[in-house]
Amino acid sequence: MADLLFYTFAFLTLASAVLVVVNKNAVNAAMFLLLSLVGVAGLFVLLDAALLAFVLLLVYAGAVVTLFLFIVMLLDTTPGAMKPFKAPTIAASALGLALLLLGVLSLQQRAQLAAGPAGGLVNVTLKTYAEQLFTTYLLPVQVVGFLLLIAMLGVIVLSKKFAPAESGAGSQDKGGTA
Amino acid sequence: MSHLLNPESLPPVSLLATAFASGLNHYLLLSALLFAVGFFGVLLRKNTLVIYMCLELMLIASTVALVAFSRFNGTLDGNVFVFFILTIAAAEVAVGLAIIVALFRRRHTVQVEELNHLKH
Repeated sequence: MADLLFYTFAFLTLASAVLVVVNKNAVNAAMFLLLSLVGVAGLFVLLDAALLAFVLLLVYAGAVVTLFLFIVMLLDTTPGAMKPFKAPTIAASALGLALLLLGVLSLQQRAQLAAGPAGGLVNVTLKTYAEQLFTTYLLPVQVVGFLLLIAMLGVIVLSKKFAPAESGAGSQDKGGTA
Repeated sequence: MSHLLNPESLPPVSLLATAFASGLNHYLLLSALLFAVGFFGVLLRKNTLVIYMCLELMLIASTVALVAFSRFNGTLDGNVFVFFILTIAAAEVAVGLAIIVALFRRRHTVQVEELNHLKH
């Protein structure tokens, strides 16, 4: 049963990941990314990390993919106007893919993976997560919180228009590209 | 009702007592394949937004490997690490998309082929 579920979720994840890559339309690509994330969330549930599955769906499906869709709408890149892939691009990408797969698979074939503690199942509840986060990983939690603050400030600065700086460079740019 | 409020009174719940059949290797293989698909997308696509989605795929692939390692080692550290990865990914997406929007405002394109002004 668990094997069947694993293969189902694995197929869902990989197939929609491939569709993200080859899809001509950015909106459809975002939707397939969502489907792929649902597959990964299912795998997390199979791996006894139901909490992480929820967080993945909330953060990625709820926030990240929505943000992607907003940006796709905002940028108004004409869908369907994608040029077909050039042959050298496809060849180079396939070569890169093959090299990466070769490296990773050879590493994995030779890896000495110990069986691990048999049935060594930690009691994965919200409480154990909280205990870890607020004792062992207290400093990383603080650092990540600070990083979120910095990211927020960075986004505000990036999306703010600086009128005097753009008046000179911006007009030159318009002349160059128009 | 009280046992719902006190998780320690519950035995450790596993949805897959039998899951060792599809073992760590399967999950690592899936993770490697997912990473490779994302990598392929980054190399192949010309749209910055889709490249960014493929980067997210690669990040997700690494989290699958971490959760699998954590599960089959019987520890919680990998799972906690995935928490941090998710947080960083959220911050990264926000900043990256803001950069893409700023770029689009300047250059009016998101195709990487046309973003070659450092070359000339």
